[in-house]
Amino acid sequence: MYQYTEFDRQFVRARAAQHRDQLERNLAGTLSDDDFRPLRLQNGWYIQRYAPMLRVAVPYGELASSQLRVLARIAREYDHPSKEVFDKAIGTQATWGTTHLPVGYGHFTTRQNVQFNWIPLAKSADVMDLLATVNMHGIQTSGNCIRNITSDELAGVAPDEIADPRPFAEIMRQWSTLHPEFAFLPRKFKIAITGATNDRAAVRWHDVGLHLIKNDAGELGFRVFVGGGMGRTPVISTEIRAFLPWNQIMNYLEAVVRVYNRWGRRDNAYKARIKILVKAEGQRYIDEVEAEYQQILTRDGAPHTISQAELDRVSACFVPPALAERAQAAIKTVANNTTVPAERQKDYDRWLQQNVASHKNPALRAVTLSYKRLGQAPGDADADQLDTAAALADEFSAGEVRVTHDQNLLLPWVRAEDLPALWVAASHAGLARSNIRLLTDMIACPGGDFCALANARSIPVAAAITERYQDMDELHDLGEIDLHISGCINSCGHHHSGHIGILGVDKDGKEWYQVSIGGSDGSDLSGDAVPGKVVGPSFGALEVPGVIEALLDTFRQHRNGRETFIDCVKRVGLDTFKTAANSARLADKHEELHAMPKTSGYAKDVQEA
Amino acid sequence: MKLIAASAHSTGATAGKVIELANTEDPRTLDLSRVSRIDLNFPKFTDGRAYSQAFLLRRRLGFTGELRATGDVLIDQLVQMERTGFDVAVLRADQNVDFAQRQFDRYRGFYQGDAVTVSPRFVTHPQPAPATAGFVQTGAAI
Repeated sequence: MYQYTEFDRQFVRARAAQHRDQLERNLAGTLSDDDFRPLRLQNGWYIQRYAPMLRVAVPYGELASSQLRVLARIAREYDHPSKEVFDKAIGTQATWGTTHLPVGYGHFTTRQNVQFNWIPLAKSADVMDLLATVNMHGIQTSGNCIRNITSDELAGVAPDEIADPRPFAEIMRQWSTLHPEFAFLPRKFKIAITGATNDRAAVRWHDVGLHLIKNDAGELGFRVFVGGGMGRTPVISTEIRAFLPWNQIMNYLEAVVRVYNRWGRRDNAYKARIKILVKAEGQRYIDEVEAEYQQILTRDGAPHTISQAELDRVSACFVPPALAERAQAAIKTVANNTTVPAERQKDYDRWLQQNVASHKNPALRAVTLSYKRLGQAPGDADADQLDTAAALADEFSAGEVRVTHDQNLLLPWVRAEDLPALWVAASHAGLARSNIRLLTDMIACPGGDFCALANARSIPVAAAITERYQDMDELHDLGEIDLHISGCINSCGHHHSGHIGILGVDKDGKEWYQVSIGGSDGSDLSGDAVPGKVVGPSFGALEVPGVIEALLDTFRQHRNGRETFIDCVKRVGLDTFKTAANSARLADKHEELHAMPKTSGYAKDVQEA
Repeated sequence: MKLIAASAHSTGATAGKVIELANTEDPRTLDLSRVSRIDLNFPKFTDGRAYSQAFLLRRRLGFTGELRATGDVLIDQLVQMERTGFDVAVLRADQNVDFAQRQFDRYRGFYQGDAVTVSPRFVTHPQPAPATAGFVQTGAAI
């Protein structure tokens, strides 16, 4: 992992002190709420339906066990609303049927960050100080600025890797951190980077997507894409550079972002993302970026050219950890020759198949802990579960985990011979369900139970589908399926890129869901990135599980051998599936149960979220 | 950076030529000869176009006169204004100058180069590679 220098550490502490100064001025009445909002957003604090949410930055998803333990402490000690706040929340949510609101949880996001939902704003400065003790912060996790840079969950360990993207992600993190010119862009700006052939970072769906490649001469560089995004106008990004030398990436991004800052629309938040600019201006935007880049090179002297010394310095932080003191605690707690009981061999084999990935080092494996299970929202982990993950990381994975784009945790440095012991330990913790990449490994946003912008709840829909598909034989038979659920068109649950996408929509103040099929995040499994197509008019909440079942039954009827759902949809065509989905409509939708509680006026926060 | 109270800001009575530039304009179209001051406007503090204008004027075009920030200028943006090339800011009427100085004192430095310090920190303050004790190349420890 990147090792923070004294400068890096004091920078994070200074940022925490800056937030405290702003918070104190806000509480004292000398910094108005309107003036404070964009400042606190850029530290990850935004007010939701009932309470503030904190989004903690996890640069390219890498976490040390010491950091996980601090996140656990925040969940345990700070993620609790006052009685007044909670009573209001549960009372209001009860009007549309929510009877349980989790408190004391961290939540893993699709952009590899960690969120908390209940921390009182008055305690926010204390939380930032606590985070700073382990080099963590919320810098640029919200607001109209360059956000946390995401990457491949298997960065540095994937066998199909051309080059490790993490040193570049770290160098770009530093470049983008408190960039003076780019703090108030027209809209948020998200960068994803991968160094592997299989795109596990959905780079084509980002404002900027970077793909490390080698050219014919064997030189390392980037294929650069710009203008991808979800929201109400899903757009797959455009290639703006087929090959950019690796050391020029920041000079080039400066041109990309400067032209966007100057030209991007600011009159309409829905048209302010760079995807709209790239669509509207097309080649003119590309030409302007190229001209600006040439000016940066020739007139400005290419100041942000990455030196070999700096790349070497940062890369040295990412050499694989020595595993000489291998899993000693594990050997103590679980017999070294752990054997899997015969009656559980099938479970273990399935876990090996779904949750265990091959590794650059043939002696090692990357293992995903599943945070998709009954009774907890997708990607939620309470304090004890965060501590457990830290303990597993220390025992089995050199103290390191990754937050995955699919809202799980991954252990990147597991010895093959430790797999049985890890499986036993993860099973005891409830984190060994063999559903990775299967239907119930769904992506879901917090939805209308927490988010002020949501049109509908995500968590109950996720729960209903999880409950319906508990039979592991059935789940494995269905094979790998991306199910993505968003509570509104802002698409935090990535419904556009799901093989099956579910989108909460508002009709007459009630909770409805649009279902789409055939979307792709751009991975090998899913094919070229493309938004899914809507199957028909939206469905009531109670109809959704039946619609999913109808789609999957249709898949089973038409499936060729072990064909995947997405391949079957592409081969058979959408119409067959549309017909099936629409035949699952109920005569009585019980609509009256699902009136949308009115949110109490923090729309400005979510507009910038 | 020189801070001016909103009441003390005037648009005239300066020795050289003063230009007020809307943030939709491209500063590269200007004739900068005999211009002593350019006022760049922030209609809202969250509208960041003038930062790019200031950077281009200072860095790209080599403008050496005064760059003055006007409009919705808050103390919390002064540091980034200075870094992009502004040397004078006219504070919004309700801003408390007493809180301004500590904004400048907070950070020891920044990562990226800007209009004032051209090179990024990894050039101006190169760091040694971290000690690699406990780390080995792939496979060596297995």
